[in-house]
Amino acid sequence: MSVKDKTVDPAAQQMLQKVQADGVETVWDRLQEQQPQCGFGTLGICCRNCLQGPCRINPFGKPDRGVCGADAHTIVARNLLRNLAGGTAAHVDHAYDAVEALYAIAEGNAGYQIKDEGKLQAIATRLGLETEGRDTGELAKAVAQKALETFTNHTDDTMGWLKAWAPRERLDTWRELGVLPRNADREIREAMHQTTMGVDADPVNLLLACVKQGLVDGFAGLKLATDIQDVIFGTPKPIQSETNLGVLKADHVNVIVHGHVPLLSEKVVEWCNKLEDEAREAGAAGINVAGICCTGNEVLMRQGVPQATNFLGQELALATGAVDLMVVDVQCIMPSLANVAQCYHGEIVSTMPIAKIPGAEHVPFSFEEADRQAEKIVRKAIKSFKKRDKNKVQIPDEKVSIVAGFSMEAIVEALSKVNADDPLKPLVDSIKDGAILGAVATVGCNNAKATQDLNHVTMVKELIASDVLVVATGCSAYALGKAGLLHPDATAKYAGEGLKKVLTAVGEAAGLGGPLPPVLHMGSCVDNSRIGDLLVALADYLGVSVKDLPVAASAPEPQHEKALSIGTWAVAMGILTHVGLPPAVLGSDVVAGTLTGEKIESLLGGRFYVETDPKAAADGIIKHIKAKRRALGI
Amino acid sequence: MQQLLIDPDRCLGCHSCELACAVEHALSKDLFAAVLNKESSAASIFVETDGETNLPLQCRHCQEPACANACMSGALQRDAETGKVLFNRDRCVGCWMCVMACPFGAIEQDRGQKVISKCDRCPDREVPACAGACPTGAIKFVEIAEYSSDRRKRYLTEFVKER
Repeated sequence: MSVKDKTVDPAAQQMLQKVQADGVETVWDRLQEQQPQCGFGTLGICCRNCLQGPCRINPFGKPDRGVCGADAHTIVARNLLRNLAGGTAAHVDHAYDAVEALYAIAEGNAGYQIKDEGKLQAIATRLGLETEGRDTGELAKAVAQKALETFTNHTDDTMGWLKAWAPRERLDTWRELGVLPRNADREIREAMHQTTMGVDADPVNLLLACVKQGLVDGFAGLKLATDIQDVIFGTPKPIQSETNLGVLKADHVNVIVHGHVPLLSEKVVEWCNKLEDEAREAGAAGINVAGICCTGNEVLMRQGVPQATNFLGQELALATGAVDLMVVDVQCIMPSLANVAQCYHGEIVSTMPIAKIPGAEHVPFSFEEADRQAEKIVRKAIKSFKKRDKNKVQIPDEKVSIVAGFSMEAIVEALSKVNADDPLKPLVDSIKDGAILGAVATVGCNNAKATQDLNHVTMVKELIASDVLVVATGCSAYALGKAGLLHPDATAKYAGEGLKKVLTAVGEAAGLGGPLPPVLHMGSCVDNSRIGDLLVALADYLGVSVKDLPVAASAPEPQHEKALSIGTWAVAMGILTHVGLPPAVLGSDVVAGTLTGEKIESLLGGRFYVETDPKAAADGIIKHIKAKRRALGI
Repeated sequence: MQQLLIDPDRCLGCHSCELACAVEHALSKDLFAAVLNKESSAASIFVETDGETNLPLQCRHCQEPACANACMSGALQRDAETGKVLFNRDRCVGCWMCVMACPFGAIEQDRGQKVISKCDRCPDREVPACAGACPTGAIKFVEIAEYSSDRRKRYLTEFVKER
């Protein structure tokens, strides 16, 4: 595989040449070594759920059943549900951490404050809590308690966080299908039970359980995590920063925050500022923090911390030889980081009790001691800086200016500069008159099986040229940032005429002195909930359902189980959801056909759409948007 | 000439060779397309086991093929140039003599059940699909000299260990 087949990111291309010269193994080498990958696993027709197995189904004949009698459809559906339970568990666990932190703050036991009291009030009001005469601590405790009920509801009633925010039409649809979740933990547990040996064999029933997992992910994972994190750390506002490995500084102590949960990374950023003097005493010009994956997105959105690189670049960041310390929390952290770090001087520090890596140092994180731990980690980075071998340092000259921080609140605020009384009107009018054809959210990962960033960038350029407004989160936002698409200059360069006019009008009214970027960075993977909020608000405004909007979602290079559970939430919301790599479901025509077919669309309004060619995918999405426009009569 | 040689110690019984063989002999020769389009196909390699040892077996393409000797219609013939025992289905009369003659059980009935089916050693591929799909290197497509040299080295290692 040539360097150009591995990545379109110029910094990553340079670093790939360096790792080759340094004899360092990366994710692409390991993918090569894994070839050929198992066809049974690829199709999803391998079952390891009991000790009578492992069983495989022969797609061309016998055996057509596992030892227990499960056929391909049962096995594929069960495996998918387990994948979704994994992805959902990750987001729900993330949200739970944030809720615990809020509770600890309310009790006065955490080293954090509440930064957005307005959002706390708004959430409390929406939850039907009494806000009058309650101080911030009391209100925070009440909201945290209500959030915890998402995990402690032992009745058949629907999960509170979903009931409070889901549109009525969606609630009715989900109730009719019997997929309303009761309690996030209970549903994840039930999915594990349902898929264990000798329980559910009905692929349709299993797929309905998949929809339920999607709803748990969307509301008890994404939405809950974003809401509580905004309360604690503040709701993002447009902010300028930079992206790609060129943000590392040769004369600074370079600290990278990697993972997903901002509880520690926020503190690390704070302590990097506080210990600048110590770094200078150690001979550095200062301390530079940069992010990888979604913990990077979290501190970018709220503090403008620059981005080092996305998922596939994590090893390459270490290969610059300029990273003195990489602190990781949970999710998407390659265990290989410890091996790569050994070839350079940088230290890997793990922090979460469920995420330890052989070869990394572990500094356990806690809400109460977060300051002390962050201080310790930054001091380690300064110490590590002194060990840096200047001969091994090569920082690519690649960095790109970006604008991020587009929370739902920030978008509404920008729009209110155009129309203060009716902020959504200018956006809805632009959609109605066709200046904006529709909107697409590109989200999710990199996957070593696809050229890094290529699907994201190719697809989005096609979409914005056709006047489709794009919002992005996660590693997709990184990919688009590196390609220059998160900058206002890209509007003139890549956006269609209609989209350009709208972005310029809003940008100028909002006092940006130019257009908004053609791609709005809405945050981390859990911040996909912001996109959900925006769509619900637009649908409400138009008096239609989310499923009727001229919109689509896309994970152009999905890798993680989380991408599947987010995608399932999007489908459940009624949205056409494109995936650029097929999940392991093709071994069952019943499952694959249902997920992508008319039946699911008639029931939920959304469906999955698999297309590996990014240009064809953009065409398919535009066709879908046009069909939705026709149905709306616009 | 490269031969398909098996190292049973390395076979984990994953059946990837069988899947790859069936895909290679499907119309599209592509896993996703073959499954999505429901193309009919079957493997000509068989992973057998006695509970302890797994052995992937396919036609050995013998120098003196018992199957061809038993074939009365000339449907099975050894090609001197390639060393392959080739099957001409148009000439097969379905007498199953070859099935009885093959000591390895490498000949099966075709899906239509009128003629036989056997390994053609992948005429469109440099490395047969089964060897290409084997994740542990249990199925090798190598010169006999290379295989035997490896065997001798392994014997030496064991010999030294036991002394």
